[in-house]
Amino acid sequence: MSETTLGGIAGRMPRFIRRADPAVLTAFACIVLLLFLGSLYSGSFLSPEYLLQQLKVASFLGVIATGMMLVVLLGQIDLSVPWSMAAGAMMACAAAAYGPAGVVLAIPFGILCGVLIGIVNGIGVAYLRIPSMIITLATNAVAQGLMVVYTGGFSPQDSATGAMRYLATGFAIPGVPNAVIIWALIGAAMVFVLTRTSFGRTVYGIGNRERAAYLSGIDTRRVVMIAFAVSGGLSAFGGVLLAGYASKAAQSMGDAYLLPSIAAVVLGGTSILGGRGSYLGTVAGVILITLLQSILSVMQMPEAGRQIIYGVVIVAMLLLYGRAPASR
Amino acid sequence: MKDWRYWLAEQRGTLLAFGIFIVMFVIYTSNHPAGFTANVVQTAANKGVLLAFVAMAQTLVVITAGIDLSVGMIFLLTNCLASWLVVGTPMQTTLGVLAVLAVGLLCGAINGAIVIYGRLQPIVATIATGAVYYGIGLLLRPFPGGSVNEDLADALTGRVFGVVPASLVVLLAIVLVIWVPFSRSVLGRAAYAAGSSETAAYMSGVPIRRGKFAAYTLAGLLAAIGGLFLTFFTYTGEAAYASGNAYTLFSIAAVVLGGVSLFGGKGSAIGAIFGALAFRTIGDLLFVFDFDPLWQPLFQGVILLVAVSLGAFALFRVRNRLEWFL
Repeated sequence: MSETTLGGIAGRMPRFIRRADPAVLTAFACIVLLLFLGSLYSGSFLSPEYLLQQLKVASFLGVIATGMMLVVLLGQIDLSVPWSMAAGAMMACAAAAYGPAGVVLAIPFGILCGVLIGIVNGIGVAYLRIPSMIITLATNAVAQGLMVVYTGGFSPQDSATGAMRYLATGFAIPGVPNAVIIWALIGAAMVFVLTRTSFGRTVYGIGNRERAAYLSGIDTRRVVMIAFAVSGGLSAFGGVLLAGYASKAAQSMGDAYLLPSIAAVVLGGTSILGGRGSYLGTVAGVILITLLQSILSVMQMPEAGRQIIYGVVIVAMLLLYGRAPASR
Repeated sequence: MKDWRYWLAEQRGTLLAFGIFIVMFVIYTSNHPAGFTANVVQTAANKGVLLAFVAMAQTLVVITAGIDLSVGMIFLLTNCLASWLVVGTPMQTTLGVLAVLAVGLLCGAINGAIVIYGRLQPIVATIATGAVYYGIGLLLRPFPGGSVNEDLADALTGRVFGVVPASLVVLLAIVLVIWVPFSRSVLGRAAYAAGSSETAAYMSGVPIRRGKFAAYTLAGLLAAIGGLFLTFFTYTGEAAYASGNAYTLFSIAAVVLGGVSLFGGKGSAIGAIFGALAFRTIGDLLFVFDFDPLWQPLFQGVILLVAVSLGAFALFRVRNRLEWFL
């Protein structure tokens, strides 16, 4: 990201093309290929309604992948997505059962629960120096345990509030689903933070070499903790939106989002080792994953086949452009 | 320092895991309504051995500074496969067992090939291959069912001479046949060296690629042995996503409890086995003390969280703050 300070406004467009990441280009090429294959299979695949519907479904994943990307840019990973989502959704629905004040506070409360999980992750990773993969698995297990105790092992009966449903399924601007607007807003905020604030620069710096970032006077541990808190909050918000979409929270609602969110970030060209990647790539990754899922379901592929194709496609695409350098 | 001191320093994690297990098991049996009887030990052994195999598998990969998030799914896949193949005459059963083990080896080899020769990050690669293995398992068993050669199953889950649980004997045999030769071989040392410092190992001409590949492949085999045992206990095959995930998670917990360093190069499968047995015993303590089973996931999660946080004590020994950042 160092070259963003170089060059003026005049060099902006050519630089944008020059800097285009081959991984992002490949991801977009794959999207076009999937659209082409889909249109061969069914004529309605390219209709605006269908594509808009896909974009709406993609926006849930997009919100979650945004948080995941922030953490991956640090060279860490957040495996607590499934139960951060479920905890956010369940707590939001639970708050809704406590009268009018609960209904108003439902969404913030759900997000807050996710942020809390994220803060525990952040403290573990940043201050206790526990590998992120391990601590996030552990907090995921604890969140699951808490939710199982809370719900008694069943999906909770509380339903989503009107506001949650409106955010997930409503139309504030005719023709554009609210979920897509939310994703666009969160995405724009993320792009701003990553490219225009010192926090964003720090995130890239830590991803490249945390030691160097620390020696240049940055409180790297605070940045790491904030990044995890944001990731947890966005996962929970994704869960809240999904609960609004389904009008209910469910036990295993988050399981189907862990692999896709990591895959979307990595397929979008963000290095899993951290320090390199653009939000545009993550957008491409999210759309790519959603289209792949959608084509598989249009083809009425059973769950087993979907999982297999899914895993194979991710490994294949990573082998195509996500390999670590061979040099030592 | 004398020789035994070195030995003690090297085995500290393993001994600690052994100690935790003994303490937990004493608490468990002394509060169990039936007390310390062959039956109680057999049941505990059968439950613990499943996790012990998966934890051994995880250890092999963790030693190379990698991680295998697909062990639980290989465990499920081989369980589903065994519920089809390990049936019929003794001859067919033998072939079935061999086929299941071969599939486990293959799964491990695929992981190894993708991570080592494909140069992908182990986390992402094994999550993706885990999805594939789960998919194949679901294809084999869309609904729980199937059967297994019950004579073999009963023999391996019963007791030898009426006292010793057969599953523990098998576990010991597997340790002697797979772990001990591996850890003493050139490949095993290469796996340790690669986990400790890949660059240094490379510079010294250690066959790190082959060592890591062997570790991933044997991990698949050990997970398959676990899958076979699951079939022997349940007599059925079932592709339950949550159960596969839980085994992956618990295997990491067991490895951590067993004193295996997640940064690689340190620890032993023996420690992981005691870690697994201790983790299972702690989980079962709740039943002995008559808690609601609903609390079990939370309890296990908290144990995992505490276990991984214990590693943070190493921070107190850090003299230079830059050592925070590896």
